[in-house]
Amino acid sequence: MRNLVEAAGFPQNPPREPGTAAAGSRAIPLIPAKTSKIPDRAFAVAMLGCGVSLLAVVVLIVIELVMKSGLSLHAFGWHFFTTSNWDPVAGDFGALPFIYGTLLSSLEALVIAIPLSIGVAVFITEMCPRPLRGTLSFMTELLAAIPSVVYGLWAIFVLAPLLRAHVQPWLAKYFGWTGLFSGPPFGIGMLAAGVILAIMIVPIIASITREVLTAVPQQQREAVLALGATRWEMIRVGVLRNARTGIVGAIILGLGRALGETMAVTMVIGNTPQIAKSLFAPGYSMASVIANEFTEATGDLYLSALIEIGLGLFLVTIVVNILAGLLVWSVTRGTPARVRA
Amino acid sequence: MGVGVHVEKLNAWFGATQALYDVAMEVPANHATAVIGPSGCGKSTFVRCLNRMHETIRDTRLEGTVRIGSLDVYGNSTSAVEVRRRVGMVFQKPNPFPTMSIYDNVAAGLKLNGFHNRRVLDEVVERSLRMAALWDEVKDVLKKKSGASLSGGQQQRLCIARALAVQPEVMLMDEPASALDPISTSKIEELIFQLKEQYTIVIVTHNMQQAARVAEYTGFFLMGKLIEFDKTEKIFTNPSDKRTEDYITGRFG
Amino acid sequence: MPDEPITSKAVAGGPAQGGPQRSPAQQRFVDLRRTILDRFATGFAVLMAVCVVAPLLAVFGYLVVRGVGSLNLAFFTHLPVPVGEQGGGVANAIVGSVMILAIASVIGVPLGIGSGIYLAEYGRGTFAALLRFTADVLNGVPSIVIGIVAYALVVIPQKHFSALSGGVALGIMMIPTITRATEEVLLLVPLAVREAAWGLGVARWRATLSVTLRTASAGVITAVMLAFARIAGETAPLLFTAFGNQFWNFNPNQPTAALPLQLFVYAISPFDEWHRLAWACALVLIVLLVGAVTAVRLAARRGVFQGAS
Repeated sequence: MRNLVEAAGFPQNPPREPGTAAAGSRAIPLIPAKTSKIPDRAFAVAMLGCGVSLLAVVVLIVIELVMKSGLSLHAFGWHFFTTSNWDPVAGDFGALPFIYGTLLSSLEALVIAIPLSIGVAVFITEMCPRPLRGTLSFMTELLAAIPSVVYGLWAIFVLAPLLRAHVQPWLAKYFGWTGLFSGPPFGIGMLAAGVILAIMIVPIIASITREVLTAVPQQQREAVLALGATRWEMIRVGVLRNARTGIVGAIILGLGRALGETMAVTMVIGNTPQIAKSLFAPGYSMASVIANEFTEATGDLYLSALIEIGLGLFLVTIVVNILAGLLVWSVTRGTPARVRA
Repeated sequence: MGVGVHVEKLNAWFGATQALYDVAMEVPANHATAVIGPSGCGKSTFVRCLNRMHETIRDTRLEGTVRIGSLDVYGNSTSAVEVRRRVGMVFQKPNPFPTMSIYDNVAAGLKLNGFHNRRVLDEVVERSLRMAALWDEVKDVLKKKSGASLSGGQQQRLCIARALAVQPEVMLMDEPASALDPISTSKIEELIFQLKEQYTIVIVTHNMQQAARVAEYTGFFLMGKLIEFDKTEKIFTNPSDKRTEDYITGRFG
Repeated sequence: MPDEPITSKAVAGGPAQGGPQRSPAQQRFVDLRRTILDRFATGFAVLMAVCVVAPLLAVFGYLVVRGVGSLNLAFFTHLPVPVGEQGGGVANAIVGSVMILAIASVIGVPLGIGSGIYLAEYGRGTFAALLRFTADVLNGVPSIVIGIVAYALVVIPQKHFSALSGGVALGIMMIPTITRATEEVLLLVPLAVREAAWGLGVARWRATLSVTLRTASAGVITAVMLAFARIAGETAPLLFTAFGNQFWNFNPNQPTAALPLQLFVYAISPFDEWHRLAWACALVLIVLLVGAVTAVRLAARRGVFQGAS
């Protein structure tokens, strides 16, 4: 055997006798056979610590919000969320106008954004010619990269004047009878807030809808086509219908985003704590009142009231996002979050 | 009654790759015709050219003539929608609509075509499910169970019922039993046996015994070309082409 | 088989021209209606796509048109000047933003990557699921609420606004994004790579950092960049943490200016001169953010997210 190995030209180790270090081979191994387990444990603990920090942050958020709104909770109880009087001077605080403003502007945004998002998602996944697909989806995602304050700037100086000069008079003329479009057209107001919010949540709803639509297996589309369906019928029966749970999840996710959106809304909603039927009227949202009045708040009760509004906002967005997460998860089966450019 | 399918000089491409070369075939009416051949020989492509499903894949091309009865499938004035309504298709993997009940699955094709009358739908759904030999198994849960909650074999029979509901003249089956267990497979084969009295059936199969059991005529494909087309009996006992013989006897494929 | 064999006699009707009998005129009408609906649906989808792209182009267009004229050297190097005077710049806001973002990164990046490593390499069962759920919850919390928490945690004890508190708020916001993305990228690294390292006798912690993380490094860097880009434009949490500053400030414990904050103040002011500066700020912000997003997109196309090459 050894001769063959020699003949093959392989280098060999000289024969080893048990107990002796053979000449020419290393006597002491470089890497000790036994290594300490401490660094591994320490690392694992450190990583666990990072993970726990996530939990700690959320717990901290809840604690701080509840504690710091204690004064207001104590003073007003449930009535805080049902009364409309926001009077810092008299020390009387009722958050209803802000809740109304947040809900109305978000609802408005959904009404505008849903057809836009689903339409563009269907267009990109089912109808768009291949070369255009990448560009179009990139542009939709670019919309998500624009910061809220930049949207707000554009809304003040471009959108609001546009609404005031062209859209609002048109709406008042043809739909004024609904009572939704009455009063002087300021441009700034609930309508502008809803429109800019819509533009901001379209990318979220559209990108998740696109994922959900793409996840529908090709066999479903073929099954509908083979029955003799037009393309729209194929989309309606074979794609949208199968994806509807995920689409609802996407919409609710968009709602969650709209509820918490601050800067753009603050800049165009008009900052008037009132409940008005007309969309032309200025209003106020929960996030906006915090943004505007937090640093001006005189007195602990005032600040506590604002923080209580923050607590309310927190709870509402948590519930909405959990609901959305469940729906989207049930469709994509809990795959880890995709990194979305 | 079913109609015959006339195929002439059919060539098909996926991008730059040619998949079918000058295929010519006369599929006789009211019979079952099997299409056999090794993997990748073009049999599925061929069948998908008959109901214009080939063009749903991007970057495909097709030349030649296909006539279903008197209908020119690729004629300028013929819409793909019309062709697919008159030609039914059953796919390899059962694909019932998961969000719809059994009833709605079968009725789907009719509803798309604008039939909403309850009585008409009820009647057609029952008739189709009977034809697919599924009625007795599902008649009590028609609207309660979803299409996807059935077993594999039942799902495929549901897909057959769904295809039959729009009353096509030709039924195309792309390896309909290959994803099923032997018992379901034999049920499907019995079905085909009975259906061919009313319909013209073209069935793609990689299982030669199945072709021998079910079809009166067989076409053997190899590398995109139709090598031989004849009565099943002749193909399997006395093929004219050596390549057919090699495939039948298992020398390749 | 339970059913009796279907013979041509038992089945009334049989194959027909595609359905229960209808007059040709009726069929034509139905077909026409379906075709019209199909065309209409296509047109509607195209219209929606146009309506989505239009605001994007409009925003960029206006930013460029209204902002580019104000981008001169002075803009980037001078301090803001008092109301009524011309010129001035946002140099202090740029420096302030850098400081705040640096603090945020120091907090957010290690905690985020660490959590991601934990979830990918060590996490099992319900605790890991709870962590993932918490990350998603934190992701959805409105930024202004996080600002309130940073205010409560840092500003109140310190009794003044500071870049530090702003950094804390933004850092908290970075954590969930980086966590989820790191986890996903690490999971893409094949087990074989890890086993190769372990097989060499490398300690687990070393293998994780030097081999697994390094293999996934491109994806992790991209995730960090994305999170960074997201918070770089955030204003709301800074309103009552960093608060803003008209002058130079290099002390993280003092109120500090930030680019988006400055933008906000200028935009809602009644002065035209400040509006002009607001557009310029917005343009700078957008160029940076869009640059980051485009870079990520290009990296994704190159297959950066594929784990081991």
